Amino acid sequence: MSAAQWRRAMKSGGSMPAQEARVTALPRAVASPSQPAEPPPAHGELPRWLGRLLRPVRWRHVLVALLVLVYPFVASPFFTFQIGAQSLALGLIALSLTFLGGYGGMVSLAQMTVAGFAAYVVAIVGSSSNTAISLGWPWWLAVIVALALATLFSAAVGWLSVRTEGIYTIMITLAVGVAFFYLAQQNYTLFNGFQGFSKLAAPTVFGLDLREPVPFYLLTLGCSVAGYFFIKHLIRAPFGVALQGIRDNPRRMQALGFDVTAHRVAAYAVSGFLAAVGGVLLVWYNGRISPGTLGIGAMINILIIAVLGGMKHPIGAFIGAIVFVLLQNFAIDLVDRERFNLVIGGVFLAIVLFSPDGLLGLWHRLRTRLGAPFPTRGSGRIHQ
Amino acid sequence: MKRVEKVFGRGIVAAAALFAMAGAAGLAQAQETLKIGLLASLEGPFAAPGQDGMRGADLALKEKKGMAGGKKIEFVKVSSDATPDKAVNSTRKAVEQDKVQIMIGPLSGDEGIAVKNYAKTQPNVTFINGSAGAQAATLQDPAPNFYRFNTEGAQWMVGLGEHALSKGYKRTFLIAEDYGFPYSQVQGFMASYCAKGGKVVDKAWVPLGTKDYASVIAKIPKNVDALVVVLGGSDAVNFLTQYEQAGGDKPMIGGSITVDQTVLNFKGKRRESLLGTASAGPMADSIDTPEWKKFVADYKASFKDGFPSPSLFAYLYYINTKATLDALDAVKGDLSNNQKAYREALQKTNFKGPAGDVKIDANRNGVGTTYITEVTKAPDGSFYNKVVKSVPNISQTLGLSEAEFKKMGMGTRDVPDCRT
Repeated sequence: MSAAQWRRAMKSGGSMPAQEARVTALPRAVASPSQPAEPPPAHGELPRWLGRLLRPVRWRHVLVALLVLVYPFVASPFFTFQIGAQSLALGLIALSLTFLGGYGGMVSLAQMTVAGFAAYVVAIVGSSSNTAISLGWPWWLAVIVALALATLFSAAVGWLSVRTEGIYTIMITLAVGVAFFYLAQQNYTLFNGFQGFSKLAAPTVFGLDLREPVPFYLLTLGCSVAGYFFIKHLIRAPFGVALQGIRDNPRRMQALGFDVTAHRVAAYAVSGFLAAVGGVLLVWYNGRISPGTLGIGAMINILIIAVLGGMKHPIGAFIGAIVFVLLQNFAIDLVDRERFNLVIGGVFLAIVLFSPDGLLGLWHRLRTRLGAPFPTRGSGRIHQ
Repeated sequence: MKRVEKVFGRGIVAAAALFAMAGAAGLAQAQETLKIGLLASLEGPFAAPGQDGMRGADLALKEKKGMAGGKKIEFVKVSSDATPDKAVNSTRKAVEQDKVQIMIGPLSGDEGIAVKNYAKTQPNVTFINGSAGAQAATLQDPAPNFYRFNTEGAQWMVGLGEHALSKGYKRTFLIAEDYGFPYSQVQGFMASYCAKGGKVVDKAWVPLGTKDYASVIAKIPKNVDALVVVLGGSDAVNFLTQYEQAGGDKPMIGGSITVDQTVLNFKGKRRESLLGTASAGPMADSIDTPEWKKFVADYKASFKDGFPSPSLFAYLYYINTKATLDALDAVKGDLSNNQKAYREALQKTNFKGPAGDVKIDANRNGVGTTYITEVTKAPDGSFYNKVVKSVPNISQTLGLSEAEFKKMGMGTRDVPDCRT
């Protein structure tokens, strides 16, 4: 049974506008009592867990899923690898910032640092060109260790910065990022200084070479989709709702008995895990890691991607990443060779000027303007 | 709903029109044009050198009136920001998206190693270096389709050791930036300097972009004859200024980019004391040959916005591009059979460049002349690097035998070593 059929079966219980008007910002526990009222699917019993898993799937998800799955088979290897896979990996790192900034109200510049930390751990405990430093563990163990350590690292960054707010959080995380950059650049015993590590290509798993464009693209796609739905789920789970409450009014949440600091540190840990996955993908994509990969420019690029796409919905990170990567690659074809950065900067400025919510906000406003048929898809939907 | 449909319909029409235009443009370009990728840093710390590198490549093409091997040549220019990641991304874009068959670039050392590794995955494309000067690009695990017609960082310093000894500098203290290119430069200097009895009593490796040299200056021993300073750009100026303020008076020996024009024009009392500073490189401001003078004149005539005299990068991109185009002429633009004939022609390329012969060895690395220079004052008061000696035919083994060079190994922070 396809996801679309399942959706149709699910929707047969109520009219479409009513479905769409469902207040999605409410926690899951509130929404579920309406479920038993819906008739069971027409053909055969579906396991309950699968039903719950497929509940948030909408037709446009299916459309996008088809598009991204067909994409590598019609696009050239260049578009599959450099545009597709790179966008998804960067989007995953930006998604961690979207979660932290959009839902937790904490804008961290250190997401690229966490990703770079994971990448360095992969290089140090895994195998690389530098046999004097790399421990040569199997790749899966290296990845697990990298994800675990980077999550811890991110939680530590969070623990350092959660007592601050707004611009001070940005400054502290910027300081952490810059400090790590200089540590990586000047430490030779562990980080191999300026040159970093190379020959870190993706492994071969069950005879499938993940270095090839299509398998690598599918790997990044899988991680990105999992990250996307994980965040979608998390922001409606009690933890996510509490986090949004803390974002909107920390003192009231504290008065209600929530441990604000713990929630925030946990949010950093979750975002750190996502960024670490992105970092591992990025190091496999580049085949190398050196301090330049996580320098100040790269840190700010992640912020640009998140803002460009819009931080009010998890998909914004990926949209922003696609636009960013396309601009980075093709802006040089549009104008004079020496001035192509003007185009990139100009597009960013224009988007932020005309839509503070990024491309998502632009899309949303376009829809409200055209949108007589969809009155219920108002501002409520995007503010999940 | 109607409005939505209308907008949708218009969108489809617009998209179709765009596609049609793109298609037509693509067809128009396909007439006997050969696309060559050109990569240099147009962003980041090496933006100015990158721009000058592209001028060098443009000059080489202009000399051939835009044609080579009977075809019109079109440069597909891409840019990096001096990081290996970006260099490979840009190269991949030119090769896989713009479908260039020949790729020229990149600019800096680590980028060169990354592009060499990428070259191995594209055996049907020929890669020619721009100005990258890291030893490892051709010496360690070379790619069969990566060519470098210029000599590299270590080769540029060969002969400077003997020159320093002849000036009586028996004990020196070294200050250099902490990355690949200075390692190579230091090795090139020390290989002959140590062998002939010189001592480098200590090395101070500073991070790229260091602003404060107080601790390094405090560490300089009293009993050395000279300092070996392998810093570039603002780092060099910062060091020289602070050394002057600290009352330092030791003579200096510079790396290939330590006392170039950007540094020689800084203001200060210490500037006078730069007179006589020895350095070495693959070119110099005052080479006294008709080829060099013609090159400088052509450069000045072609680029009103360029430097007063072509930089190292313009020169290196120029010779690499010229070699690319000459070989295309030699095979009459025939790139069939996986570019077999073209690569043979590249291997045999041998011409008189502005600063000496251009040819390559079996590793496809340049073998060429190194110029030992000293800072001199021109009659008009400006400073320039005067050639005192030229050392021809420097190979990657730095004038040592293959076995001797292997014993020393590639240059790193601790190799070579001659402290006592």
